[in-house]
Amino acid sequence: MKITSFNIIFTLAWRNLWRNHRRTLIMLAAITVGVWAMIFMTALMRGMVDDMLLNGIRNLPGEVQIHHPEYRDDPSINNSIAEPDTKLLKALKLANVKVWTSRVRVPAVISSERDSRGISLIGIEPESESQIGFDRDSIIEGRFLKDSSDTGLIIGAKMAERLETRLGKRVVVMSQDPDNNIADRGFRIVGIYKAKIASLEEINIYAGLATVQKLLKLDKQVSEIAITNDDYRHVDSWYQEIKKAVDVNLQILPWYEVDTYLGTMMTMMDGFVLVWVIIIFLALSFGLVNTLIMAVFERIREIGLMQALGMRPSMILYQILMESLLLLLIGLLLGNVLAVSTILPLQDGIDVSVVAKGMEMMGSSSVLYPALKLNDVLLANVIVIILGLLTSILPAWHAASFDPVEALGKHS
Amino acid sequence: MNITLRMAWRNLWRHKRRTWLTVSAMIFSNLLLVFSISLQFGSYRMMIDNTLKAYTGHLQIQQQKYNDDPKIRHSFDGVITLANDLREKLASDRIAARAVAFAMTSSEQRSYGLQIIGVEPKYEPNVSSLPGLIKVGKYFSDINAQEIIIGSVLARNLRVKVGDELTLLGGGRDGSFAAGVVVITGIFNSGNVDIDRSMAQLPLGYFQSLFAMGQQGHNIVINAKDLTLVPELKDKIDNIIAGDDKLVVLNWEKLQPGLKQAIQADMASAWFMYGVLIILVAFSVLNTQLMSVLERTREFGTMMALGVKPARISALIMTETFLMSSLGLVIGVMLGAALSYYLSIVGFSYPGMEEMAERFNLPGKMYPSLSLLSLSLGPGIVFLFSLIAAIYPALRLFFLQPVSAMKAV
Repeated sequence: MKITSFNIIFTLAWRNLWRNHRRTLIMLAAITVGVWAMIFMTALMRGMVDDMLLNGIRNLPGEVQIHHPEYRDDPSINNSIAEPDTKLLKALKLANVKVWTSRVRVPAVISSERDSRGISLIGIEPESESQIGFDRDSIIEGRFLKDSSDTGLIIGAKMAERLETRLGKRVVVMSQDPDNNIADRGFRIVGIYKAKIASLEEINIYAGLATVQKLLKLDKQVSEIAITNDDYRHVDSWYQEIKKAVDVNLQILPWYEVDTYLGTMMTMMDGFVLVWVIIIFLALSFGLVNTLIMAVFERIREIGLMQALGMRPSMILYQILMESLLLLLIGLLLGNVLAVSTILPLQDGIDVSVVAKGMEMMGSSSVLYPALKLNDVLLANVIVIILGLLTSILPAWHAASFDPVEALGKHS
Repeated sequence: MNITLRMAWRNLWRHKRRTWLTVSAMIFSNLLLVFSISLQFGSYRMMIDNTLKAYTGHLQIQQQKYNDDPKIRHSFDGVITLANDLREKLASDRIAARAVAFAMTSSEQRSYGLQIIGVEPKYEPNVSSLPGLIKVGKYFSDINAQEIIIGSVLARNLRVKVGDELTLLGGGRDGSFAAGVVVITGIFNSGNVDIDRSMAQLPLGYFQSLFAMGQQGHNIVINAKDLTLVPELKDKIDNIIAGDDKLVVLNWEKLQPGLKQAIQADMASAWFMYGVLIILVAFSVLNTQLMSVLERTREFGTMMALGVKPARISALIMTETFLMSSLGLVIGVMLGAALSYYLSIVGFSYPGMEEMAERFNLPGKMYPSLSLLSLSLGPGIVFLFSLIAAIYPALRLFFLQPVSAMKAV
């Protein structure tokens, strides 16, 4: 196709498009709404799933975890592992991971004078833990732990309420040591935290790692080693490196296997985006084909005349396709602009706290942040253009294959 | 046949391809709507049933502070007497009293902190599915027996089997120290790892003496025959306990707010998607009908010149739309029903659904539930919006001038 013929086709298509401006405008409106819905809905769902993944990983926390193979099923003190050995430390250094930490995490009972509760007692290295999972800003009262042998205890705000206790009070924590003797000691509450997912406040309490090890008579033993690089989407590259350095008797798992629900959510989200975009496209395609068929139908005589005057059928085919392409491009442009301009004002989050408990069940927090991803926007645009042109081939081919004599004789 | 109807029907087939394309858009949306709404209804129902039958039940009578603040001392007196009273007054066996406490549970090798439920052995099987899920051993012999049943995962973690002893250590209702030794009489396997890891039951009589509860308990679970009968049953119970202002009756929405809200959140996002589909269909109809009105300007001009009232022609356009939408409705609903019916027998699943489903107490396969509502809701709205979309083209006719219309190309 030469430049001049391209120009002719473009001009013809453009003018034809506006001959019946009502029809074109309705179709544009349909494409715009469709594209807007594709991008807007995807951004909302992405936002929700991202939030779920981040919460989930923060809850683990750590993108890669090393455990005793039986620990996850039976989180007992008996399924502890040794602190990282030199080989692992070297691998961690080589893989250039951002931060790693080790913790003891065992089921325990916490009692105040008023009530007792079952909880998960977590012994942490305050320095490294605060870079992986524990947000120092979530402490609403008191202070964070100073170091591994800090004898203070940090509990959730909800837990404090349940136990009818408060900052500065003493509580008793009871668990078992490796010989199944009850191990207990009093702790002073030095900090109270608030979690994004409220139910966690009733599950996790934090103490210094060394203090917990002493209480449980664990000698240099921990429940898990957690490693993070702050990019949960690309874990595999460095995870494989570290895996080689880990004792074969231990279990090392990336987050999507530690919590299979989260892993599934991530892959399913990609599937969802594709299915959603295609469904909307299909709903649009009927209207698109209809519009083109009508455009061709009312121009039968004209097309016959052009052919009689020597225009090649291929030019007619291109002309209809160009018309469709222009329609799609304008619709996409408007749809994208509309989507971006509706998503941007929502960047500060949408309050969905009316269904907070339901969102919690799904693992998401009560403020929804739409996440506009370039890839999703590209996917929607590419699908609309490619499939749109494909569905236009039929009416275009139909127009190109008229017999000029017959077409000229048709009454519109 | 009425003349408008006959004309409308013939007009539709003047542009076969266009009509079928518009009808196809409706069929596509209706098929999708019937299928997804049936699937939604099916899964919500299952989510509610599975979550409630394991433990919560449809209704619970509690001391008024207990639901917000489940502490051992927020109990009420004469729990068994009240349960007996209710069974008699409501003539139902689906009523069982319970008490809840927390205790450190130790086997020879392991210890775990557990929530322990005291139950009435005779009535608990009527309100909860757990007693029926005992795979090894049996349920309690007597309300005062020193026996316990636990979940299969917990049994594995504690390294115990039926016949072994467990030591319970906890705090009694009065703040005293509670300690006891119980024999494992049964181990249940519900398939839900969380329940199997964390649930243990004791007979209520022994529970009360162990935790210094006297005749106290924490709740009475009441199940209706069917979920739809719950509000009615709640009213009856409200009346019975009206004399005691310390007690409240709570329905499952209050007991499991997360469940209701998860369904609401899911509904909201689903209806957003349905809304977009429906609007796109409406655009399609608008486009088709506007075109069909515009291309018949001359024809309509002639009809008007011959004395046909604009209202009559508008009615014709609406009838055309009505016929077209009915066609889309009937075919769409039929196909949607066929698909949903087929899947309600073989089940529906997609990769990754199992992990999702587990989180909401659902099995790995879902079964759409066909009902009049699930069949008609979506397509009904599509139908309505199609008619609304045709109003603009139909109204245009009122502004048609017969003389100039006849000259239109």
